[in-house]
Amino acid sequence: MLTYIIKRILYAIPILIGVNLITFMLFFMVNTPDDMARSQLGAKQVTPQMIEAWKEQKGYNKPLFINPKATGIDKITDTLFIQESIKLFSFDFGFSDSNRNIGEDIKQRMMPSLAIALPSFIIGIVTNISLALLLVLFRGSILDTSMMIVAVMIMSISSLFYIIAGQIIFSKLWHWVPISGYESGWGAIKFVILPIMIGVFAGIGSSVRWYRSIFLEEINKDYIRTARAKGLSEISVLFKHLLPNGMLPILTGVVVIIPTLFMGSLIMESFFGIPGLGSYTIDAIKAQDFAIVKAMVFLGSVLYIIGLILTDISYTLFDPRVKLG
Amino acid sequence: MQYFIKTLILSLLISNLYGTIWNSPHTDINEKKETLFSSFSLPPKHLDPVVSYSSNEWAIISQIYEPPLQYNYIKVPYELEPLTIKEMPTIIYLDKNKNSVEENSTHLVYSKYILKLRTDIKYQPHPSFIKKYRSLSSKELENISTINDFKKSGTRELKAQDYEYAIKRMAVRQYHSPILDNMQQYILGLKEFSTYISKIKKKTDKLDLRKYNIKGVKTIDDYTLEITIKGKYPQFLYWLSMNFFAPIPWEADLFYQQSGLIKKNITLNTYPIGTGAYYLAKNNPNQEMILKANPNFHTEYFQGEKLPFIKEVIYSLEKESIPLWNKFLQGYYDASGISSEAFDQAVSISSTGDMGLSDEMRKKGIKMSGAIEPSIFYLAFNMSDKVVGGYSKKAQKLRQAISIAQNEEEYISIFMNGRGIPAQSPIPPGIFGYQKAKEGTNPIIYDWIKGKRVRKPLEVAKKLLAQAGYPNGISKKTGKPLVLYYDTTSSGPDDRALMDWRRKQFEKLGIQLVIRATDYNRFQDKIRKGKAQLFSWGWNADYPDPENFLFLLYGGNAVVNTNGAGINSSNYQNPKFDKLFEEIKTMKNSPKRLEKIKEMIAIAQKDSPWVWGIHPKSLSLYHSWFSNIFPNTMANNTLKYKKIDGKIRIQKIEEWNKPILMPIVIFILFLVLISYPLYRAYQNRQRAIIGEEK
Repeated sequence: MLTYIIKRILYAIPILIGVNLITFMLFFMVNTPDDMARSQLGAKQVTPQMIEAWKEQKGYNKPLFINPKATGIDKITDTLFIQESIKLFSFDFGFSDSNRNIGEDIKQRMMPSLAIALPSFIIGIVTNISLALLLVLFRGSILDTSMMIVAVMIMSISSLFYIIAGQIIFSKLWHWVPISGYESGWGAIKFVILPIMIGVFAGIGSSVRWYRSIFLEEINKDYIRTARAKGLSEISVLFKHLLPNGMLPILTGVVVIIPTLFMGSLIMESFFGIPGLGSYTIDAIKAQDFAIVKAMVFLGSVLYIIGLILTDISYTLFDPRVKLG
Repeated sequence: MQYFIKTLILSLLISNLYGTIWNSPHTDINEKKETLFSSFSLPPKHLDPVVSYSSNEWAIISQIYEPPLQYNYIKVPYELEPLTIKEMPTIIYLDKNKNSVEENSTHLVYSKYILKLRTDIKYQPHPSFIKKYRSLSSKELENISTINDFKKSGTRELKAQDYEYAIKRMAVRQYHSPILDNMQQYILGLKEFSTYISKIKKKTDKLDLRKYNIKGVKTIDDYTLEITIKGKYPQFLYWLSMNFFAPIPWEADLFYQQSGLIKKNITLNTYPIGTGAYYLAKNNPNQEMILKANPNFHTEYFQGEKLPFIKEVIYSLEKESIPLWNKFLQGYYDASGISSEAFDQAVSISSTGDMGLSDEMRKKGIKMSGAIEPSIFYLAFNMSDKVVGGYSKKAQKLRQAISIAQNEEEYISIFMNGRGIPAQSPIPPGIFGYQKAKEGTNPIIYDWIKGKRVRKPLEVAKKLLAQAGYPNGISKKTGKPLVLYYDTTSSGPDDRALMDWRRKQFEKLGIQLVIRATDYNRFQDKIRKGKAQLFSWGWNADYPDPENFLFLLYGGNAVVNTNGAGINSSNYQNPKFDKLFEEIKTMKNSPKRLEKIKEMIAIAQKDSPWVWGIHPKSLSLYHSWFSNIFPNTMANNTLKYKKIDGKIRIQKIEEWNKPILMPIVIFILFLVLISYPLYRAYQNRQRAIIGEEK
């Protein structure tokens, strides 16, 4: 397995270089360093001198990919792409174009994002699997049919509706929890309850339908019949036999998400005033802050690759037949 | 029943845990009787006074920094008064040999501003005043993550050298002061100093500016500062009320240049140091910023009472307007603006068009305050464009016709909920040169009928259009319809209504308007290069002087003449207007200046380089417990004057936010009621499956 992991990590390097290259090309296709300088300087009258000074200080006065003024290897290395990429691969995110330490900012914002994303993820999986198993138990009944209709309805409505409705009902009308805000430590609980509830609820529709169909594929297989023939109760059959076998396709979609939970949720964090990472990239794109954009795209890619590796590893845990090599 | 009792106990427990209010976003709200709760929607990027230029940043730093002058809080028209100086600066006019001359002398070459500082002003407590903290070892840095982690703090008296130091910092190009290039035109020696010091800064990370001097900035003694200006520039006084001229102690500058602190986001950009009424006690721009009353604040009185009244301000990040509005209605924010979503709920408009508070707001004791902002938003014609530009009679008439057809009153009513007034000239109300009633009416666009301003009928516009060579919008020369191009960044679905409205205004004259939607960078680029034909633009005053608006039409500032750096985006250049501008630029407000301004306005109105657009009106709401609020749109350091009655606030919050428990009880009863049928159904299903398998 170790060989496999090392191999996957090595594969990741060209992928990350490619992602980084695309980020550079896309960003600079839309924004020139002059535009970035204007946006960052934010003054009413931005003079050419101000722009030049800003570009020089931030290193944006260097050519993107090839430096025609340099000689030898410097033609390639003395460029914005190489200089910035080297820093990224050593996980030195440097300073944002507005002079904040990006690494510090990510560290600070990660916990609030996790405070919503992790419980939503865990509670969501437990709830969705339990509900899917319940529907499998009562398959073909009125409960099953009506729950499927409800699931489609939940899926069809925008999560923004649940957020606003949740805020109005639980905060504005019933006065149970704050509408928005955040506090660190245990004080965060009262702020994150509602977004977690809404996050779980909004995800029920699609997940329950998906998990149900996975479990229904398994429910008539021989090993289930054998389990029943042993005299096991239906609950035992579902949880001890059906669930572990049905988990493999679920894992494919779920484990890959785990590392990206750090990246937060844009709408949820924005509406609930959670100071997480959800809006960090979008705000940076709006502010034309390339330093943050490249750092976040790079981090997102790394986390996604980790997610894929974890998924492969998790297969071996749930299915002994799977061997990584 | 058993469940019901359990639920009740649980509810009581939760209730005790959180107090009588569950939905408070603030901790210990009962104890925070002298705290103002406010919000910010955009994290401030720069808190360094030489860099900061955005209103959201000034809302914070103006409470911390003290430039030499400030605006009187309640006087209208706006009036400057001393803040850290004993009296208004003495101005001495000099000839080229530095001999004193009269203000109106033709030999005047320099103006010397003498500032005499108060002797009772001290800085907020700050670690930079402790010598050992100015050279921290890596071990000492290990335990530091915010400015509050320093165990000791010191202070010292404000000195004239600190103002000199701030101007020197402004000159360092690497600090990116947005006013450096502008100030180089005025402050003697600043340009040369900037070139010199910026070269030195390139070579070093730690720069102590005390060793260097600007020719035109001199510290005479600890309490006297002299600033020499090239020529005469009366508006310099307004600049002296801005944060760019706030004092910076050298200790702080050196302290914040330590690389270990920069890595931890501890810089002058994140932790300001000032002499103002407040200091920044917590800065997490992603979540919360806290200002606390400066224990070293000097004596300042307002209406006989010592300032500041509010002891703490908590600013929370609120990106969305709906949660912000709902929290304001719950009493958790003391004041709020009015978003378009909340407008109908907050404001009622009478049959006469007057705005007032809705009954719902009045019942809550909410009050409203509003003021016309010193801003203008206009539709500009590119005067260098072949079709809409130029200074011929025909071109003038085309622009005048379009200006009449643009129904700004309708725009304000539809898109701004009535929050604005149609502009008659570049100068907004409250600024010298603004004229009311008939005298202030643009005669090209409006008629004055029975004491009211009435937009000229469309027939007048059509007639003008025909005289311009486009009868019914058809070109006499080509026989084809006149097609104009409007460049905009508004391309989203939300902007469709506005663009449709814009198109209709031109259709009234038979002109076809093509909307060219583009991204912001390309849009700005087009304007800078003079490639756009029609576009919307705006300006917000730096200071309350007509020069700050009329220079938007000064030929010397045209973007095509200044490599895109000018602020005259319509490229309007009228020699007569320009000559008058150069005269009024350095004049003090007087009847003579007013006459010249009137003349300039008449010239611009006739040439119509802009469809004059609107002056927006800001409306804000505040609760009954929040007082001493005057709508001063120029002053930024107004927090110190405002008052909070925390007792009334907590009383109202408790009244408005009692938790409703019944839904919990109903939900638990529901769970109990469905659990039995579910159990039965499970048993039946179990039997059925066994039957199936058999």
